[in-house]
Amino acid sequence: MARFFKQFYLAIILIFMYLPIGALILFSFNESKSMATWTGFSTHWYEQLFHDPIIAEALWVTISVALLSALIATVIGTFAVIGMDSLRKKTKGVVLNLTYVPMVNADIVMGISLLLLFIFLNIPRGYWTMLLAHITFNIPYVIFSVLPKMRQMDRSTYEAALDMGAKPSEAVRKVVFPQIMPGIVTGFILAFTMSFDDFMISFFTTQGTTQNLSIYIYSMARVGINPMINALSAIMFVVVIVLLIVVNVRSTKKPKRTLQREY
Amino acid sequence: MEHVIDFKNVYKEFDGVDVLSNINLYIKQNEFMTLLGPSGCGKTTMLRIIGGFEEPTGGNVLLFGENIKGVPPYKRRVNTVFQRYALFPHLNVFENIAFGLKLKKTEKSVIKKRVEDMLKLVGLKNYGDRDVSRLSGGQQQRIAIARALVNEPEVLLLDEPLGALDLKFRQGMQLELKRMQKSLGITFVYVTHDQEEALTMSDAIAVMDEGVIQQVGTPEQIYNEPRNSFVADFIGESNIIDGIMKADYLVHFAGNDFKCLDRGFNENEPVRVVVRPEDIEITRGIKDGMITGTVTSTLFMGVHYEIRLDGKNGFEWLVHSTDQFQIGEEVGFILEPNDIHVMEASSYDNVRIDDMEAV
Repeated sequence: MARFFKQFYLAIILIFMYLPIGALILFSFNESKSMATWTGFSTHWYEQLFHDPIIAEALWVTISVALLSALIATVIGTFAVIGMDSLRKKTKGVVLNLTYVPMVNADIVMGISLLLLFIFLNIPRGYWTMLLAHITFNIPYVIFSVLPKMRQMDRSTYEAALDMGAKPSEAVRKVVFPQIMPGIVTGFILAFTMSFDDFMISFFTTQGTTQNLSIYIYSMARVGINPMINALSAIMFVVVIVLLIVVNVRSTKKPKRTLQREY
Repeated sequence: MEHVIDFKNVYKEFDGVDVLSNINLYIKQNEFMTLLGPSGCGKTTMLRIIGGFEEPTGGNVLLFGENIKGVPPYKRRVNTVFQRYALFPHLNVFENIAFGLKLKKTEKSVIKKRVEDMLKLVGLKNYGDRDVSRLSGGQQQRIAIARALVNEPEVLLLDEPLGALDLKFRQGMQLELKRMQKSLGITFVYVTHDQEEALTMSDAIAVMDEGVIQQVGTPEQIYNEPRNSFVADFIGESNIIDGIMKADYLVHFAGNDFKCLDRGFNENEPVRVVVRPEDIEITRGIKDGMITGTVTSTLFMGVHYEIRLDGKNGFEWLVHSTDQFQIGEEVGFILEPNDIHVMEASSYDNVRIDDMEAV
């Protein structure tokens, strides 16, 4: 009985969490335009999706911003971690906590403050402001992915490299990077994911014709629910979930090379 | 002989705390010099200063007579074997050893030969393509030594390299290191807190405590003629008794006058007397003139018994004996002049004993 309730409890939680998404994905394959009744299976809405030039444009914006912002944030974040490593303990704690704030800060606060900043600096909002905003909120994710790898690393390997005659830049390139690379890759994927599904901050840092998929879905939904939204949301959900699974698998994997060889 | 390394009035502070104060030490060519002391005594800091990972706050360090202030580690002709080996986990054994040679753009065939020679030297032939994380502690340690030696350093710095190994293996490695040092003719600077290790391997030992060099000398000098009670206590077990120097060759302690081999103290100068437990031979047949005491504990140590005696004046004697005694037994012993070593009541010393004798 207790066992039954335990599993029942878990099931309720999972249903609670995944039912809306399940319904969304299910109805994205619905034949009719109805959001309430199932009339039959069809990939019709997906086909329509791929023939919509505005969506194609939004997809391009989403992916290019996600890639660029993740890439730039990864470079900045990684060097930040390497730099922070040589800070004193106290300073490091302060810097880390400062870095942590944007991660827990409400998106709307971040969005509005960026909006105000761009207005104040008289920067026209569009693709580039969105990219800047995404780089900003992505950096902490990279830092918090790379940092554990940096902590795991034996610091004296860096000194050993210098000892063998490596210049500091060579030591970082040949000894530090390879050891923290798993964290860097994880950070990149995580940053890509965060950028890919961001709505709030993108919404406030762009105007007019520049829109990513989230903004496009939002504007479509305001006009009236179209099953194309379901299809688009379903695709976004799948992309994000796949990337998050990759991140999780990577971070639970053993840190060392797992090559099994017999001697 | 040429001085390879000279510390001249070196001091170092971290956040206002003195880690090294006024260090003066030289290390000779082809010498096996051990920096010995408890953790936090500054020995590793000295090694890191030679390696270039720390800069002294004041004073100068000379390497082959040249001031190495500001010279980065990668430009120094020294190599280090780090405490936990610091092997590169993303590289295999061969790549680890070849790391320094590749940086110097050495020709591939030369690298191959030299790495293989090194592997042979440390007894790990054919281990080249193994993953370093799959080696045992002892093997990793050998790779770390090979990786440092392949660069043909003029000085090899070793930071407690045997600390993580088990006793039996450690003793084997001690002999091997000593053999390598002799056959390669490289100056070794070796950091350890293990006094036995220091006595076994070193040509010279610098005993350190609280950032100060307490005594420098050969293992025999350090053991037989400790300069102060810290050295006496740290190097082996000993009985340290307060006494008074009555005259040259005559010292008073534990209620008696004893003949000794020491001179040069002032009359009635307070001194400390060191008696090594293995120099005391106790007997049940108590005679006049013997120091007597009651056995309070005995501990079997394998080769000998460690016996504690409750002597007169409340002094507790530590004695090593191959014979067994019972708790409560009355025993006595005689101290011969060469069992007694007299030290100044307190002295910190930066001078090597061999220099003192030359003066």
